[in-house]
Amino acid sequence: MTKNAPIKPHSASHHNAAPLSLISADSDKKATIGLDYMTYEQLEDFGDELNVVRQRVLDDLGQKDADYIRRVIKVQRASEVLGRIGIFMPFFWPAFVAGVLFLGLSKILDNMEIGHNVMHGQYDWMNDPMIDASRFEWDNIAPSQDWKHGHNYIHHTYTNIHGMDRDIGYNMFRIDEDQPWYASHRFNLPLAFILMLVFEWGIMYHGVELDQYLQGKISKADFQGRRKRAMKKIRKQVFKDYIAWPVLGLSLVPFFGWWAPVAILGANIVANIIRNVWSFIIIFCGHFPAEVQTFAEEDAQNETRGQWYLRQLLGSANITGHKPFHVLTGNLSYQIEHHLFPDIPARRYPEVAKDVHLLVEKYGLEYNTGRLSRQMFSVIRQLGKLGHKPSDPYKIGNSPESKALRRAKREEAARRQEEARAPQLTS
Amino acid sequence: MGIIRKALASRPIASLTSPYTVDHYLEQIHPMLAAENVRARVVEVIHETGDASTVVLRPNGAWTGFKPGQHVQFGIEVEGKRRIRCFSVSTSSAARNGTFSVSVKAHPDGYVSQFLHRELTPKTLVYLSQAEGEFVLPKVVPDNLLLMSGGSGITPVMSMLRTLRDTKHRGQITFLHYARSRDDEMFTAELDELAANANVTVERIYTRAPAKGAQLKGRFVIDHLKHLGIDPTDTLTYVCGPAGLIETVRDTYEEIGAADQLRMEYFKVPSVNLDAADATGTLTFDDAKLDADNSGATILEQAEAVGLNPEFGCRMGVCNTCVVKKNHGAVRHIISNEISANTDETIKICVNVPIGDVNVAL
Repeated sequence: MTKNAPIKPHSASHHNAAPLSLISADSDKKATIGLDYMTYEQLEDFGDELNVVRQRVLDDLGQKDADYIRRVIKVQRASEVLGRIGIFMPFFWPAFVAGVLFLGLSKILDNMEIGHNVMHGQYDWMNDPMIDASRFEWDNIAPSQDWKHGHNYIHHTYTNIHGMDRDIGYNMFRIDEDQPWYASHRFNLPLAFILMLVFEWGIMYHGVELDQYLQGKISKADFQGRRKRAMKKIRKQVFKDYIAWPVLGLSLVPFFGWWAPVAILGANIVANIIRNVWSFIIIFCGHFPAEVQTFAEEDAQNETRGQWYLRQLLGSANITGHKPFHVLTGNLSYQIEHHLFPDIPARRYPEVAKDVHLLVEKYGLEYNTGRLSRQMFSVIRQLGKLGHKPSDPYKIGNSPESKALRRAKREEAARRQEEARAPQLTS
Repeated sequence: MGIIRKALASRPIASLTSPYTVDHYLEQIHPMLAAENVRARVVEVIHETGDASTVVLRPNGAWTGFKPGQHVQFGIEVEGKRRIRCFSVSTSSAARNGTFSVSVKAHPDGYVSQFLHRELTPKTLVYLSQAEGEFVLPKVVPDNLLLMSGGSGITPVMSMLRTLRDTKHRGQITFLHYARSRDDEMFTAELDELAANANVTVERIYTRAPAKGAQLKGRFVIDHLKHLGIDPTDTLTYVCGPAGLIETVRDTYEEIGAADQLRMEYFKVPSVNLDAADATGTLTFDDAKLDADNSGATILEQAEAVGLNPEFGCRMGVCNTCVVKKNHGAVRHIISNEISANTDETIKICVNVPIGDVNVAL
């Protein structure tokens, strides 16, 4: 049974526009998100007002946005070339160190302001095959196709809904009060530290969706496709950074000794770690500070556009900073604006933020923003605090109470299914 | 340059620049510098008639040339947005001056063709594809050849004619062209010149304003060929022009059993119907080789209706999971109501409805 979704335009009428899985199969009950702040009518208005903002920016896109992304790409390519040259001079340490930093910078720009945003389709309107979401591949272990599915679709549609957004704690951490606690969460902080260093591998592994496969949520063919694509990308990235470039460094051995290629290998590793640490910090600060809200599936079912917007707003956190900082974060320091309008070019988020501020004031909403240090501290404290075993047995994943609750839910679902089937059997 | 270009485009280099190609770096040095991406500079824009112009292009070294009759994808950027259209090459492939031309008639709704005619200036950078298309002369050109065109369909045929002239082809060539009037005709002077060659017969039929004393009049009928002394069954025939002309010629040739002699090229001008309520035409799923009558629903929904399972995500134009290549045709964005008719562009099928005939890579 498919019902037309209650999310109204963006889209034209008669259009089945909402994520299907968010429609409750057995209830027409309206979603309850946002009722603490406003009425259903106000939620509608709120949605309409944000739609207007979105359309205004979309109508204004043009040469300056194209010039901007091309300029960023130019800086990224230049810094990559400088970086590659720099690390080829391990005999002259200032150039070598600068090379490592340039290479790290290039990978950060590539992944954040270019890759992430281009793959959201923010620049698809340019119709340039080199800046096109469906064709773009980034300098990262994670293959773009699976990242786009997990990020653009799952994470951006079901943002912060427990059981649907796989990015809440990445199946590794307990970062929210409403996540069940398991013993592994005792190691929240040390695990987070390790993940920070190898973050690109974590993103890749997340996109393979082994857990989803083992739970029977994706098909074997789907899983094997993901694994195959991941292996292919790993081969390419590893070959480039850790084999091909260091092997070229062998040409330095007769002049400077055996350590030259090793230094080049090390430089590549460090550059990747620089990018890993940076992107990890920005991404964790975008969703995991303490005040960020999460939602239950039941509350989000049958939501309206206004409620969808509100969920994005309450489920994200911004980081304040100066302009170069925002560029280095891929403007994900404007995480809230990014989640409201994931498909408009990120350089527009500061401008959009002004409109969002007005709406936040008008409706008395919370707008989570703060310095990088504040947000980071909040995330660290959250990881530490929620790693402790909670006293409430219902918050412990494998306590008898939780197990009984899950069993009851399963039985309830089965009963509903039975009920839904019953009339068909009798008729 | 050939060896250097080959080396730059080779796999070892690609593995060093992965996930990018070497062109991603070269283009930062100079826009024309590329191992594989074809780029060109506009040398000159020649106005042929009131609404047609010839654009002379100097391509970079990645260009591998063309066969007469082929077309290129011609992309220009206006306001940050690349607009791409297919245009036929009109020059002789025997020319050795490193340039070639496309000739274009400004289409009233055609943004690119209008831009070319009115605003394109020398030195503009043009994003090209390699030459494409099967509408080409055979390796050995037979002794009897008929070239037929209507309106701006003259361009690929003109390229053939010029090439045959430049390669000193000795066989008999008949060129039969239909235009509305002499003023409306491209390459008039050159056609007059060509007609002076002993082995070339040039016959132009002006459908709206017939020339004085013209023996042939009106649209194509088999009598036109009879009058020119052509037997379609043993004359290799090329025809390019509007759908009406091609259909008539095809039907005629089929009737007399000469279909195997006929080579055709349609003009892919999208039939834009701005009346959104009007859902007409056929939606073609190119990869699956399926057709469906356009129901007016989104392309995603129509694809699902015929049993396809395209990838999709949010179904509201946000997540970008469902983007596919649209080969040609016009679509309307149901959110912005914007109509886009670019060939070879990617669209989000969840928020686009077809207008008229649309072909997508699904």
